[in-house]
Amino acid sequence: MAAVAELPSSMSQIFQLTKNQYREYLSSRRYLALVGIVVAIGAILSFVVYHYHDTLQGPGGLLSSNLAFYGSVWAGALGLIVVLAAVFFGGDAIAGEFQNKTGYFLMGLPIRRATVYVGKWIAAFGASLSILGLWLAIVLLNGAAYFGTDFLPWQLVPSIILGIVYLMAVLGATFLFSSLFKTSAYGFVLTAILFLFGFTLLQDLVLGLVKIEPWMVISYASGAIGDVFATNINWGLAATVTTVSLGPRGGATITSYTPGVAEGVIIMLAYFVLSSVAGLLLFEREEFS
Amino acid sequence: MSTPSIEMRKLTKRFGAFTALDHLDMNLEGAKCVGFLGPNGAGKTTTLKMLADMIFPTEGECFINGISAQQSRKRALADAGVLIESPEIYPSLTPRQAFNMVADLRGVPTAERKGRIEEVLTEVKMLEWADERVGRFSKGMKQRINIAAALLHDPGVVILDEPATGLDPRGMAEVRDIVRNLKKRNRLIFMSSHILQEVTDVCDEVALINKGKLLFYDTLPNVLSRFADGHATVDVGLARPLEDAGRVKDVAALPGVATATLLEPNRIRVKFSGGVEAQERLLETLVSWHIGVKSLSEPESALEEIYLQQVARGD
Repeated sequence: MAAVAELPSSMSQIFQLTKNQYREYLSSRRYLALVGIVVAIGAILSFVVYHYHDTLQGPGGLLSSNLAFYGSVWAGALGLIVVLAAVFFGGDAIAGEFQNKTGYFLMGLPIRRATVYVGKWIAAFGASLSILGLWLAIVLLNGAAYFGTDFLPWQLVPSIILGIVYLMAVLGATFLFSSLFKTSAYGFVLTAILFLFGFTLLQDLVLGLVKIEPWMVISYASGAIGDVFATNINWGLAATVTTVSLGPRGGATITSYTPGVAEGVIIMLAYFVLSSVAGLLLFEREEFS
Repeated sequence: MSTPSIEMRKLTKRFGAFTALDHLDMNLEGAKCVGFLGPNGAGKTTTLKMLADMIFPTEGECFINGISAQQSRKRALADAGVLIESPEIYPSLTPRQAFNMVADLRGVPTAERKGRIEEVLTEVKMLEWADERVGRFSKGMKQRINIAAALLHDPGVVILDEPATGLDPRGMAEVRDIVRNLKKRNRLIFMSSHILQEVTDVCDEVALINKGKLLFYDTLPNVLSRFADGHATVDVGLARPLEDAGRVKDVAALPGVATATLLEPNRIRVKFSGGVEAQERLLETLVSWHIGVKSLSEPESALEEIYLQQVARGD
């Protein structure tokens, strides 16, 4: 009988699975499609900014300062791009293994279920990061064109880090939804609806009806990605509360909350950790029946 | 190296109120091929999936080479090649890329990898497709690739769930050859199948399961004799149609013969007792009658008769 090859460690298997899955993502049509979408958004944005740059250079305009530019352009579109990347690479990452029966191939191999989950997550994260990198490159090229040597404000660095943390949270949730269902479409739809509309709606409801800080809603926390470009940055754990009185006698008031950067990071990390643990536990108990 | 083994202890699986598998106890050990038979929904695939830890037992446990698949799937599957439910390989991969991934995950040494990949692809007659994308393959071609993937690391235990699914007759024959080769290399093969001829051809032992319960598990000769009321059955092939139908009665009247039936104008089925000596005498007598005897063989449908009889009894 042949000698049984010594099995690689789980870490090594995660690396191998990630490598193969990442290659699979990069050679997929969906990757090309997402690159196309981001390039199209960048092209439209570049054209619009170039066409109206005289107007946009006025006070409060998009091109009035590099901070205003990155706060609007980079951070403004980042949320959509993160959700698209998570949906494209994570929506069917787990559900697809059941639906397309590729999981039956993987699960016949001597690997832990957690290895499959983590390996696929890292690959999806890597593929999504490359899309974010593409968006950053487009924005930086525009920034360089309009602000010359002053095109790189330091605030961009924490904003990029916050964007990556947001991606981790969204991808964690997407993998959880993908683990919940054995049909890929449900994972796609639930992620897209929740992150494009659902959480924003929930945030408005919490603010409008319960009238408390919507700290439990991820779309609120992700506001920190753009908030770091404000002149007064709140780096802390507590939100900045602003109350505006309506009318001359100060009757009705509107209270708004801006998350502190540390607060935003903690909320997003909490989403990432909780959804990842839940998704992993679900996948550990999921049957290939 | 220890003897390859598969053990199932009180393996039970319930889906709600439905019991798919009911306290299955089986112990397979040594180099051989065990055919796992049963009608649709009998619990065959459920059993194999629990062996591969794809689904979880409600009760009981199963072991591959003494290692619990439930407690340690990674170690249990280390020396096992598994093919369950015609899986799909990522369509953008070529067989060579997919096998390299499998080799990476299984820790097949780099020095052996290229040779092993070409060896298994040759074995399933797919070497010329090694660098084409799997997404373009037919169902039968994909199944060949799946079989090759299961054998890539030269496992001691091979678990196959209806491996001939989707294959044409030539492909089915090739699967039988692959299983025979595995047996020659001292592998333990546990194979579910609907094709009784396939089981008769390649399996040493058979297990029949129905409604989640094991009906029998024994060697093929034992099964054939146990359910034949102590009689052996042979089919006598004739070179030409039997001219005198009365000859069948003469056959039935021979010593040791229980029954003789004219199945076709040139085929008589004879049930007899007395072992090999009786079979020899029977053949000599028939030849001496000059009725055109050209063959004496075990009927292809012997296992099928037992299968149908036992399954019907359980229904």
